[in-house]
Amino acid sequence: MWRDARGCGRPGCRTAHRLLYVSPDPVPVRCHVVTGKGGTGKTTVAAALALALAADGGQVLLVETEGRQGIAQLFDTPPLPYEERRVAVARGGGEVKALAIDVEEALLEYLEMFYNLRRAGRALRRMGAVDFATTIAPGLRDVLLTGKIKEAVTRRSDGRPVYDAVVVDAPPTGRITRFLNVTGEVAGLAGSGPIKTQSDSVMAVFRSPQTAVHVVTLLEDMPVQETADAIAELSAVGLPLGSVIVNMATEPVLPEEALTRAVEGRLTGAELAPALAAAHVHDGTALADALAAEAVEHARRWAAQDELRDEVEALGRPTVELPLLPGPIDLGAIFELAGRLEDHVRARVAA
Amino acid sequence: MNQAAPLDTAAGETVAEGTVAGETTTGRHRRLSRRVAHPAPEALPFDLAELITDPSTRIVVCCGAGGVGKTTTSAALALAAAAAGRTVVVLTIDPARRLAQSLGLGELDNEPRRVDVPGAEGELHAMMLDMKRTFDDVVVAHSTPERAEQVFANPFYQALSSSFAGTQEYMAMEKLGQLRAGGQWDLIVVDTPPSRSALDFLDAPNRMSRFLDGTMIRLLTAPARAGGRAGFKVASAGFLFFSRIISKILGGQLLRDISAFVAALDTMFGGFRERATATYELLRRPGTWFVVVATPEPDALREASYFVDRLSAEQMPLAGLVLNRTHPPATTALTATRADGAAEEVLEAGGEGAELAAGALRVHAERMTVAAREQRLADRFTSAHPQVAVRTVPAAAGDVHDLDGLRGMADALTGPDDDTPTGVPRRRILPARRR
Repeated sequence: MWRDARGCGRPGCRTAHRLLYVSPDPVPVRCHVVTGKGGTGKTTVAAALALALAADGGQVLLVETEGRQGIAQLFDTPPLPYEERRVAVARGGGEVKALAIDVEEALLEYLEMFYNLRRAGRALRRMGAVDFATTIAPGLRDVLLTGKIKEAVTRRSDGRPVYDAVVVDAPPTGRITRFLNVTGEVAGLAGSGPIKTQSDSVMAVFRSPQTAVHVVTLLEDMPVQETADAIAELSAVGLPLGSVIVNMATEPVLPEEALTRAVEGRLTGAELAPALAAAHVHDGTALADALAAEAVEHARRWAAQDELRDEVEALGRPTVELPLLPGPIDLGAIFELAGRLEDHVRARVAA
Repeated sequence: MNQAAPLDTAAGETVAEGTVAGETTTGRHRRLSRRVAHPAPEALPFDLAELITDPSTRIVVCCGAGGVGKTTTSAALALAAAAAGRTVVVLTIDPARRLAQSLGLGELDNEPRRVDVPGAEGELHAMMLDMKRTFDDVVVAHSTPERAEQVFANPFYQALSSSFAGTQEYMAMEKLGQLRAGGQWDLIVVDTPPSRSALDFLDAPNRMSRFLDGTMIRLLTAPARAGGRAGFKVASAGFLFFSRIISKILGGQLLRDISAFVAALDTMFGGFRERATATYELLRRPGTWFVVVATPEPDALREASYFVDRLSAEQMPLAGLVLNRTHPPATTALTATRADGAAEEVLEAGGEGAELAAGALRVHAERMTVAAREQRLADRFTSAHPQVAVRTVPAAAGDVHDLDGLRGMADALTGPDDDTPTGVPRRRILPARRR
């Protein structure tokens, strides 16, 4: 499963990675942007990644950009206000704080910071001007959101960064390039002025090696296609790519030899019946036939997904797979997924 | 785990996973399970076959959160209606490439194309929305050629028509209005744009038309317009302040572009609002039905809930919920817990094929766990919206990207509610709990 960590297939390769971890890259990734097609589980993956990065004492900020309060629901907390709140604790003193960025509040903050206009800003809000400004210039919205992200990434206290990592639950693949490529978007809106200046400084962080854009996909046609499109678009504008995270992958439960036969539909109830009868679980053919039918479907689902693995590999990005969990996605499930991401995160730091 | 008794594989004789029934039941167990068994909400069956073949049904709008399969659902419903003899057009927004190819949507020409469906009594036509071109058409329809040229050249219009949040929804509405006005279709099936929120489809067009002919934009661009006009005296001190801030934030160039755009469009504003209102009203007329699509995931069902509430507030007709990509088991005779136990027993007993049989039992155990979670989510939805009819559509093993795949989905959508191999009605994933 850990294609990245076991990439070369040599025994001992993993150990080598671990050794490398002792002397990490001089510019570790600190801004993790998580995107993906709608329905691929972006928010869940972003939350799991934040937990994985917090393990062993990391201070991590998980940022929500679409105002849907998905993070609060995932961590089973009340809706997040526009402030950084602790939502989970990881081992070794690590913690994950979460922030749901409110565009209006961010604009007021911006007005105060650059023009000392906080009270005026409140008046503007009453006039509906804030809503108007963000509607008339959708780029402004993105500039405000990304500006806040950049602020969190670069915030320092006592000479060191406040957060070891910032994980962004970003807009979907269809909008991600426009979202991150703020300068490009702003150029269409405002050729000069304060917004331009602001967006240039945001861009400097996003283009730097301390940022990585991860794309979440399923092993299905459309998400893989959108992942390929997003990767092409992102690299065209010089944004640094991270990993491809395959989510909700079916893990084979059948023995390997039977899997192939089941894919071809050559698995029957009659084959299962003797073993079922020997253990007294079976009274006739109906159950065995039904089990065989489910096994065939399971195998075909796995095979359909497996076909897409080549396409994912062809994207040329480090890849990590997360399994489809049968139970509900609750805090326990996020910790389980985080555990799966931890090795990958370490290997990336080492690589 | 105690030795399993011989099983009764008849449907309806089993319980959803998580209860103790089916085990050797003592009196105590029986009392317990009676106490915990809540009267499970029972969803109404959703007769989509009747909906799409009824001649009075003229528009079906499929809506729901992104990634739930709205496009395939729309295409499958359109195919089923065409197979039943109607002349149907499906307006898709952003189909997967292979599905688009199989529908003959290789080229984007913003007009319906006939899809060759062997054996269909009716006709299936499909089109993919080109939002920029649709917007251009609206501009042309509402102005003179010279003015249209001016509008097309305006940077603000270019941004607006290709990337403005809500343009896609607005243009989908616009295209729907055009198709309906053409009068050549028995049935129009509309797929809605892939937004995170299903409500965007209803909200965006109004928001946009409000924006386009709104007071704010007129006031803001007043300097450009006030030029030759006497009596244009708005500029209160407060407003000047406001416009100064806006221009500080947005930059002068943008405001100049908007001014020029507004000037060029001057005559069109009323038209914009009228059109948006007319199409919105169309959605409220008899003959239009909304089909809400969701997957059995909390987010998707939450969106579906919002949408259902919104439709009822707007008095728009909801036909029902399509719960897409469910995982009903092939048998419900064995709960997840018992299947896992049985897998261990089979391995212990050993012998030829034991590993395979244990694997198959584990596959079943996972399947039951997934199905139980899905049913729980569906029940929660039904508790909140007992009046909403439900149809579940099992997940295909792979992607749906050709006519055969669509046919399979159409059968699952329009087949009789109670005609399934396991006897579990199609409004459910697992049988109702025994009471």
